[in-house]
Amino acid sequence: MQGVIALVGKRLLLGLGTLLVVSIIIFGAVELLPGDLAQQILGQSATEETVANLREELGLNDPSYIRYFQWLGGAVQGDFGISLANKRSVAEQLAPRFANTLFLAGYAALIAVPLAIILGVLAALLRNSVFDRVSNALSLVSISSPEFFLGYILIVLLAVQNPVFPAISNVNPDMGLWERLNRTTLPALTMALVVTAYMMRMTRAAIINLLASPYIEMARLKGVPNGRVITRHALPNALAPIINVVALNLAYLITGVVLVEVVFVYPGVGQLLVDSVTKRDFPVVQACCLIFAATFILFNLLADVGAILSNPRLRHPK
Amino acid sequence: MTAFTIIYFAFLITASCAAAFYKYKSALLLLFTLLCVSLLAGLLGGSGVLVNIAIGFGLLAAAGGISYAFRESMVQILPGEGAKLMRTAPLTAAFGLLVIITYVIAAVFAPVIAPFGEAEVVGASFAPADDVMILGGDQLGRDMFSRLIYGARNTVGIAMMTTAIAFTIGTIAGLVAASAGGWVDQVLGRIVDTLMAIPQLIFALLLLTIVGTSVVNLTLVIALLYSPLIFRLARAVAGNIVVMDYIEAARLRGEKTWYIIAREVLPNITAPLAAEFGLRFCFVFLAISALSFLGLGIQPPTADWGSMVRENATLISFGEITPLIPAAAIALLTVAVNFVVDWMLHISSGLKE
Repeated sequence: MQGVIALVGKRLLLGLGTLLVVSIIIFGAVELLPGDLAQQILGQSATEETVANLREELGLNDPSYIRYFQWLGGAVQGDFGISLANKRSVAEQLAPRFANTLFLAGYAALIAVPLAIILGVLAALLRNSVFDRVSNALSLVSISSPEFFLGYILIVLLAVQNPVFPAISNVNPDMGLWERLNRTTLPALTMALVVTAYMMRMTRAAIINLLASPYIEMARLKGVPNGRVITRHALPNALAPIINVVALNLAYLITGVVLVEVVFVYPGVGQLLVDSVTKRDFPVVQACCLIFAATFILFNLLADVGAILSNPRLRHPK
Repeated sequence: MTAFTIIYFAFLITASCAAAFYKYKSALLLLFTLLCVSLLAGLLGGSGVLVNIAIGFGLLAAAGGISYAFRESMVQILPGEGAKLMRTAPLTAAFGLLVIITYVIAAVFAPVIAPFGEAEVVGASFAPADDVMILGGDQLGRDMFSRLIYGARNTVGIAMMTTAIAFTIGTIAGLVAASAGGWVDQVLGRIVDTLMAIPQLIFALLLLTIVGTSVVNLTLVIALLYSPLIFRLARAVAGNIVVMDYIEAARLRGEKTWYIIAREVLPNITAPLAAEFGLRFCFVFLAISALSFLGLGIQPPTADWGSMVRENATLISFGEITPLIPAAAIALLTVAVNFVVDWMLHISSGLKE
């Protein structure tokens, strides 16, 4: 047990290190901007005086490493500075949107994860059958389609032709859970379609890989019935790869949210990020990127830790 | 109960019976599942759903038929090796090839095929489809069909160029890392790890905020962000090659690293790299379309499929599906490339398990 905790701790530290490097990149990228940030914001017509004032206001006169630590220190305390576009606190704008994004991603995951695992295991067990081929073709189409295509198709089918769900998911905080679920169903379904396809294919590959391993062959050779081979020998060992697949796809889900939020005008972090990129509102872009990157790293870390916990062989690296 | 519904079910039942009689197990299963699904859908959604299902299967059958005809005629036309290759190709690969060829023709001969210019205003905005504009007009009254054709040139061309740049960077870096080893390998490996720790779309948005949106910037940013995956593959496959005896022999002969990379390693890893090129093209293509859709990629008035969807999206809420045609064009090309890549992987067996 001691060894496991040490190993997981090492992973966590590694993840934290990655996050630190990523934060340096996110901060440094804006520093690399040619010319003066204040000049960029105010435009060419600005007088020297206003530029100097803005530089003072943004703290641009300090050396960049000091500003980096100020920014990072603020970020870990939940303070991401002031938006350039509307002078409001970034954290204040971000917090409700982040909750919305998590809600949407969670809803999509609730649909996608069970569906993908069941379909993936079935496709692996029935491989080369009609079911396997059809599901393979459908998942390929769903992976190959841009998210906005799937989203608009769902709008045409389920909001315009048969008005079941609203096409625009404008949620607000005082909505009841049922109303909220109803409004977010279409975006959640869109994301679930893509993620289910990925997850299903990966689950199928993992299970097929597993079924080819020597101990399964051994079980078959000693005459264990097919059903028992699957329930007693294959599935318990399939847990490790499946946990890995799920965590990796949840990481994808969090970042894939950007396009879907724009299609359905959903008030989440992705929509804010895209708006801020158009306005070149650097503090907001930096904050959104940091949040997305942190979530992405977190889920990749969870995939790693899950793999270590569910597979004893990984606890003793050679 | 319309005549269509009766014919529909009669056809399905006859087809399943025929499949059962001639012992086509998979066809029977498929038809029977379809029958059950249709019954359910018909009860819930009425005959409109059935019409949609029938249209869908009709399209699938048409695609299958065209691919079959294409494959067989290719077998006849192509000389020696090519014919042999095509004869063993699955229908999906033939379909993929056909689609890719169509896109290439549309891209190359765009000015000849398109009835109007790329940015030429022809009629009223959102004009309905008629004899002049077969797909109607867009938000400024430009011809949708012409823009769709020009889009093949712009969108696919830019995606192709980006993939080529990403490939050059990734492959060269990967080969250098594998052949040089030591600290070069370590440094490149760590850089790539860091680049891959940030989700690509998010990183692209960050970089585009800084450098501004233009086609050149878009190409370079996407190429940079997608090269790490190519680097990893190139390094992994080249890593298996550089330990071979003939590489050692070349080193002992006193050949330079560059010679070893270009003449000894590269020819031996082309098969997996070619398949990887197809796959990466799909991802790059989807990423560029996504950015264009967000208004941060290819800028107007250049005709581009991603931005065409965005510009005409308002039509969708009126039940019009014309704005979806460019999006369908994106999806179709990606599916086609995937089909061909699957086939290539199968025949080259370079990456076959």
